[in-house]
Amino acid sequence: MQWKATAIAGALAAATLMAAPTAGAKEFSWAFQGNLQSLDPHGLFETFTIGFHGNLYEPLIGYDDKMNVVPMLAESFTQTDANTWRAKLRAGVKFHSGNDLTTDDFIFSWKRALTEGSDMKVPARKIKEIKKIDDLTFDIITSNPNPILPRSLLILYVMDKEWSVAHKTEAATNLKGGEEGNFANLNANGTGPFMVTEHAAGVKTVLKRFDGYWRNIASNVTKATFTPISQDATRVAALLSGELDMVYPVPVQDWQRLTDAPGVQPLAGPEARTIFLGFDQVRDELLYSDVKGKNPFKDVRVREAFAHAINVEAIKKKVMRDASFPTGLMVAPQIGGFVPEMNTHWAYDTDKAKKLLAAAGYPNGFSLTMDCPNDRYVNDEKICQAAAAMLARVGVKVKVLAQTKSKYFGKVLSQNNYDTSFYLLGWTPGTMDAHQAIEPLMACRTKEKGRGLFNLGGYCNERIYALAPMIESETDQAKRAAMIREVFKIHQDEVGHIPLHQQPLSWGVSDRVTVNQRPDNVLDLRYVVVK
Amino acid sequence: MFAFIIRRLLQSVLVMLTVALIAFALFRFVGDPINNLVGQDTTLQDRQKLRETLGLNDSVVVQYWRYVVNTAKGDFGYSYMHRRPVKTMLLERMPATLELSIISILLALFIGVPMGVYTSLRRDGFLAKIFMSISLIGISLPTFLIGIMLILLFGVILRWLPTFGRGEVVALGTWTTGLLTVSGLKALIMPAITLALFQMTLIMRLVRSEMLEVLRTDYIKFARARGLSNRAVNFGHALKNTLVPVITITGLQLGSVIAFAIITESVFQWPGMGRMFIEAVADVDIPVMAAYLCLIALFFVVINLIVDLLYYAVDPRLRVDGGGSGGHG
Repeated sequence: MQWKATAIAGALAAATLMAAPTAGAKEFSWAFQGNLQSLDPHGLFETFTIGFHGNLYEPLIGYDDKMNVVPMLAESFTQTDANTWRAKLRAGVKFHSGNDLTTDDFIFSWKRALTEGSDMKVPARKIKEIKKIDDLTFDIITSNPNPILPRSLLILYVMDKEWSVAHKTEAATNLKGGEEGNFANLNANGTGPFMVTEHAAGVKTVLKRFDGYWRNIASNVTKATFTPISQDATRVAALLSGELDMVYPVPVQDWQRLTDAPGVQPLAGPEARTIFLGFDQVRDELLYSDVKGKNPFKDVRVREAFAHAINVEAIKKKVMRDASFPTGLMVAPQIGGFVPEMNTHWAYDTDKAKKLLAAAGYPNGFSLTMDCPNDRYVNDEKICQAAAAMLARVGVKVKVLAQTKSKYFGKVLSQNNYDTSFYLLGWTPGTMDAHQAIEPLMACRTKEKGRGLFNLGGYCNERIYALAPMIESETDQAKRAAMIREVFKIHQDEVGHIPLHQQPLSWGVSDRVTVNQRPDNVLDLRYVVVK
Repeated sequence: MFAFIIRRLLQSVLVMLTVALIAFALFRFVGDPINNLVGQDTTLQDRQKLRETLGLNDSVVVQYWRYVVNTAKGDFGYSYMHRRPVKTMLLERMPATLELSIISILLALFIGVPMGVYTSLRRDGFLAKIFMSISLIGISLPTFLIGIMLILLFGVILRWLPTFGRGEVVALGTWTTGLLTVSGLKALIMPAITLALFQMTLIMRLVRSEMLEVLRTDYIKFARARGLSNRAVNFGHALKNTLVPVITITGLQLGSVIAFAIITESVFQWPGMGRMFIEAVADVDIPVMAAYLCLIALFFVVINLIVDLLYYAVDPRLRVDGGGSGGHG
């Protein structure tokens, strides 16, 4: 896709651009690369989708502009004993339909999130039972002590029971279809600051400010229009032409263009997503390597050699346009449990890498294939190629197999029995807590316990495996932090994975609006101000 | 004639069955949809259950057969990504694609044919040479590049035309049209030109070479000897006799314009079927891909049928009743 960008860049350089025309007052239009697949708040647990829904629907507790957890629909939410949480809903909150928010709405939404089509079953299952106290008060009972329950419920949006029953959308939109187009799939009725006035799926979605919203917000937007634009070049052109006020993501290669053009600016920041490399440490012989009869990655020296051979600063400079944040941990600074003083990458030292490889019995290196997506993360394929070139310097010949995300994930994930020897992956914990990185990425793979689902290389340390559930249920914050730190220490010493960097967020914003860039790449309309 | 149409329709069923079979055989190379359908926290058990419910664990043959049976019942299935009936989605998107394709092919015809005639009559003319050079560009530049260049010039630099989308549309029953609003027409200009350029040059070059061929024939010389006007000779006799290949090509091109509007649609974010298909490929939305491919196959078959019928209209030799060609047009 590079050539597209350069083709335009050349022509643009010669062009002088006019100032952005002032559109009708307080209207905001923006574009994202992907479709808004469904309006159903329980349909898909994916950042963009739930981020968008956050403008229409709201949880008990939610994020503010800095991603701090703050009360939303719940006025208070406190743990009364190990397994009980008392929630008190705010009085006077209204749905777009005009109905009042009550305890029954939350109970209904929780049950709906457990229905077959729901993708919110994981957070919903954390609740064992809900005891209604009165119309605005209820107790949430969990099966195990769960200190991060509030964070798990951040994406459990509350729907209006009456409205849902009236429109026969008591169950989450089911992938299998059956009911002729679930009503909530194409319509919305939440408590959020915006309501849907038009939704042409995959074409555009128009939102209107909800006058009855329960609190004051920074935004002055009265009408907001969302369009999905999949082509990078078209998306950037739509921003430059002044038709849109904000587009994301913008290819990092295009930042200079946006800076040079009047009326628009690139808006960059660290994303909470960590990009890392992983190795197959389970199989006795690698699937894609010339080393036969043994698996070099079972030897920690080989993994350490790889870590020393990769120059994250060079990747930052050459591939990421100086915009990435090199890292030594599997979680970003925004994630709960992050340990700042441990966040250093292995020193770049090819001599040491060569010595380690020689000590492990590979003085001349070996060859292997690396799996890589080419349309999932920022410059993913280029990172893999850069890593391959760096490993070549210590004698390891890496062939990069870069594929589109559906093919890549179809190959390397559980459904295809983790068919990879060496791979690149990115991860943001859904709860913004380290546990959600430790359990799926670093704990030993066990099907029954459901741990290590994205531990594609099967890295396994008994101690980490034992710590993972303890971290989940430990309520003493100091003890919990110490356990997380222990996991990180073991993982770093054993080079379980090689964290590379946090990738940059890359938005393009017109000067006529100000927006708040949340580290999880979500645009919250509550903070959009039109000049 | 009737039997001919029936035979053709039966053949078309066979074509579509084959297309669907090939499609299903290829789908497993597109990737695995599951990871696009669930969030990262979804458990292994839920993932496996979903695979089972969607029938993704079945063999290609079983999946294909199930699809054929359901389609025969008029059930095109549900889009994995949009969770809506594929039939509804296709019907929603079809007007955008058909409007764009038909406008493009008309543009190509009404500019391409006169240009072709002109360049054949004034072979060494200055203007003819310019036309020929332009046509070379049209035939050699990739659609994507043309689209991006137009966006850059008319959208970003001059700001005359919108860079994406279809503008305001008006709903006429189930059909949505952008032809009745100013913003809709403005939005149509660049995509239509992008899509038409290749066809236009193709038609122009075809008409030119056919005309040159025909103009050399004896009956044209005789027609001139009879003292008929240039106009009657060039258009009545010469052009009419070049039309059979032109109709064939235009017809087939209409099929490919509809099918290959994909690129133009993605460049201009045109909300048509082609873009829906390309998104379905990226997301491995099997029901959408299958339905789109079958529909395109159907379009080709129907267009071919119409082309065959048009032959009867323009070429008297093909008419069974041998009605003869009356007069000189």
